[in-house]
Order: sequence, then structure tokens, then C-alpha cells
Amino acid sequence: MNDNINISLTVNGQKISRNVAARTNLVDFVRYELELTGSHVGCEHGVCGACTIRVDGSIVRGCLMLAAQADGSKVETIEGLSDSNEITDLQNEFHNSNALQCGFCTPGFLLTAQELLENNPSPSRNEIREFISGNYCRCTGYQAIVDAIEKVAKKRNN
Amino acid sequence: MKSPPFSYIRAESLEQAFDLIDQYGEEARILAGGQSLMATLNMRLSTPKILIDINKIGGMDQIKLDNDKIVVGALARHTKVANSSDIKKYAPLVSKALPHIAHQAIRNRGTFGGSIAFADPAAELPAVSLALEASFVLQSRNGIRTLPAKDFFLGLFDTALKKDEIIIAIEIPIIKDDENYSFMELSRRQGDYAIIGIAAQGNIKSGIFSNMRLAYFGAGDRPLIAQNAINILEGERHTAEVIKAVEESLSLDLDPMDDLNGPASMKMHLARVITSRTLAEISA
Ligand SMILES: Cc1cc2nc3c(=O)[nH]c(=O)nc-3n(C[C@H](O)[C@H](O)[C@H](O)COP(=O)(O)OP(=O)(O)OC[C@H]3O[C@@H](n4cnc5c(N)ncnc54)[C@H](O)[C@@H]3O)c2cc1C
Ligand code: FES
Ligand code: FES
Repeated sequence: MNDNINISLTVNGQKISRNVAARTNLVDFVRYELELTGSHVGCEHGVCGACTIRVDGSIVRGCLMLAAQADGSKVETIEGLSDSNEITDLQNEFHNSNALQCGFCTPGFLLTAQELLENNPSPSRNEIREFISGNYCRCTGYQAIVDAIEKVAKKRNN
Repeated sequence: MKSPPFSYIRAESLEQAFDLIDQYGEEARILAGGQSLMATLNMRLSTPKILIDINKIGGMDQIKLDNDKIVVGALARHTKVANSSDIKKYAPLVSKALPHIAHQAIRNRGTFGGSIAFADPAAELPAVSLALEASFVLQSRNGIRTLPAKDFFLGLFDTALKKDEIIIAIEIPIIKDDENYSFMELSRRQGDYAIIGIAAQGNIKSGIFSNMRLAYFGAGDRPLIAQNAINILEGERHTAEVIKAVEESLSLDLDPMDDLNGPASMKMHLARVITSRTLAEISA
């Protein structure tokens, strides 16, 4: 049996090899092993979306995927998307629209919004709401988040 | 909460997966998308010693047309099924149901086979499989058997899957020219498990129902077919009396439970509401 697994992956463009306990999930791996603490941990059973991470181009629940399963994958976190400026416009608009207060949920919303706008560049407000339905925000009441995503979609289309 | 410690092995082939199942028996669990299993581990509702990851087994995520059926590999992820043009064309009821399954990040990992194996009574795909008269292809070291959906779901999270079997594919008969379908679900939040839902398909020619299949989820300890309602509809038109008789018959087939969403009586009421809306949509 393998209680510990050797994994090699790229995280935010950097090649990384580590030996991890089999039960370590991906979000704990990036937070504790790599000290990338922008991805948050809320419910640990898939409900809140605070742990959203991008694996091989698609968002996943970091709490429901094992680090061992990311072996060979391309992993991107909020830190990577920030540094590459891929979502600078979303970050600025969240700020301007008051789409965050405590900010706990924000990394998850930003990654989710980015996947939405990649798949559907001109979403309706309803489509935005459906797409972010898997992310909880306890502060804002969502309205401002939908506003921010809608504004960025319009700007990107110009 | 964190999951208890366990070991992990990635199976590269079905053969290797069967070897590992033999070796570890009851202590092992198959890991597909992990979107139900990891959640139950983190809540410490189950404590397997070892997870056998089947995600890297090649070729098990394909969606292929095979004469009069469409074959979906057990490892096809919800997002892949949702984006498949063949599914849209040949099994549109599946396409209609998919956006209701969880949320994008979960659909990016969760698999069709995992949903069937997990058999949540409030899940969409088990009921859709009943309405489509789909079959599940189950493989063990001893061979392959194909089981109709109606013989698969036995009770609360209980299925006919044997300990040494893996679901390898789902076979769905393609929709016929004179068939129509409808899907409705009530939930508190988009993507949540259903309070109650219905998946329906059947023949509607010159306004007459025949060979209808009405399958419900969130309506009992497993996905359920409303056979009494189906018998009433056979050969009939969409009239107020027929719909009333159908609605009244539902309590013979459905057996919803009280839960956080509300009492069983409320769910029976909602079942009648979505049934009449569904039949109106199908006959329109
Ligand atoms: C917050 C949240 C909301 C959700 N909402 C919904 C919803 O509304 N509707 C819905 O249907 N689902 C929902 N799900 C569950 C999701 O659809 C899962 O993906 C699915 O139920 C299980 O599929 P999986 O591939 O993730 O399986 P896993 O979690 O990997 O496995 C589930 C079980 O099935 C077994 N298993 C898996 N694959 C096979 C196979 N091929 N052969 C034999 N055994 C197998 C495993 O051993 C395990 O016991 C939700 C999940 C979460 C976390
Ligand atoms: S911590 Fe992963 S969804 Fe809540
Ligand atoms: S800003 Fe506080 S939870 Fe969303």
C-alpha cells in the first residue's frame, strides 16, 4: 500500500516534485506544502467553493481532489492568475463594484468567473447566477458580484 | 473535517483494478470523480483503507454511437456529457438534466458512472436512466453483464453492483422520431440536489400518449417509475380527467420522505404539480 505518494506537477508554471500523504487534498497541498494561501478552505465537502483551483484548464473543488490525483497536471491558483494578469480586470471590477467585503470567497469567485467568461463571453445575468451558484458569499448578497462579472464581460467584448 | 488516513493506488488498466479489488476486498473503494466519495471521507462517513483510482484507465470516458444506442463510458465527466453534440441529438433528456447536477467545478470532475454507482435517490442521472430504459455495463474478472436500470437500483444508496464489479459504460437507446421528453426539477438553489424532480420520455403521436416513462427523483429511497400513472396514460389524450387521474395515482408509486426540504406531503404535492406541467409540455 502507498501511504505516501511521489508527485510531479506544475503549479503556476513552476515544476514541483513532492512526497505527499495519500489523503492530502489539493487545496491543503497548495496551502501548507507550497504556502500558496490564496485558495481558502471552508466546508471541506464541496459546498462552498472557497477552495476553487484550476487543474488542466478547468476549475475544480480543491477539497474534493487528492494532491496525488494532480500528478502530471498543470495546476493554477489565484496567485498564478494574479501574477499573469489574466484576471486583473476582474479583480479591479470586483474592487470597484464592492463585490467583496471580507474577501474569503473572492479567489473562488474570480476563478469561477474567469471560466464562465472563457466559455460564454456574453452571459446574461441569469447565466452568471447559475454559473456562480456553487460559490458561497456570506457578505455581499451576490448582487455586486453579478454586477462586476457583467461589467467585465461587456468591457472584454469591446 | 479532514479525511481519515488511507492509502492510494492508481490503476492503469481494468485488469489491475480487478487485481487490487481481489487483494484488498472490503477495505478498498473505487475512486472515480471523487465528488461524492471525497465528501463522505472528509465527513468521516466512510473509512476505507485504500482508494483505487480508476481515472487513468484509458478509453473509459468515450461517448460513442453504436447503431440504435449511444454508449457513454463510465468515466465520462458531467461536463463532457453536457458538451457532447451526440448526447444533445440522440439523448436530449440527458442534456436537459445535466445543468441541474451540482455546479461547474463539480461537473468538471464528477462522472456518469460515479453518479449511477452512488445512487443518490435525489440525483438526476439514475432517474434519467430509468426514463430512457438505459442499461449499465458491469465488468468483473469473471466477465461482463448488462443490467437494465430498472433492475439496478435496490434501495437507499443500494444497488445491484457486486463488490468485485466496476461500471464500465451506460447504454442509452437513442430517441425515436415520434418520442418527446421533458425534465423538471425543484431545488432550493441551482445545482442543489432536488427536492423533487421528474424525467419523462415517451411516444406522443396524433396527441395520444403511449409507452410513456415517468421517472422521479427525491420521491423515495431510490429513483422510481410511476407505473400506475403510466398505465393510465397509455392510449389516452391529454385531457383534464386523464391528468387528474394520473395525479391521484402518484401516491401509489411514490413514497417521499420528510427531510430538511420539507414534509413528505409537500413533496407529494410538488410531484403532482411537476407531473402535470411535464405532461403538458410533452403533449404540446
Ligand atoms: C456540493 C455537491 C453537490 C452535488 N449535487 C449533485 C446533484 O445535484 N445531483 C447529482 O446527481 N449529483 C450531485 N453531486 C454529486 C456528483 O454528481 C458526483 O459526481 C456523483 O454523484 C458521483 O460521481 P463521482 O464520479 O464523483 O464518483 P465518486 O465520488 O468517485 O464515487 C462515488 C461512489 O461510487 C463508486 N464508483 C464510482 N465510479 C464507479 C464505477 N465506475 N464502478 C463502480 N463503482 C464506482 C465509488 O466507489 C463510490 O462509492 C454533488 C456533489 C457535491 C459535492
Ligand atoms: S472547502 Fe471546498 S467547497 Fe468548501
Ligand atoms: S466577501 Fe465575505 S464571504 Fe464573500
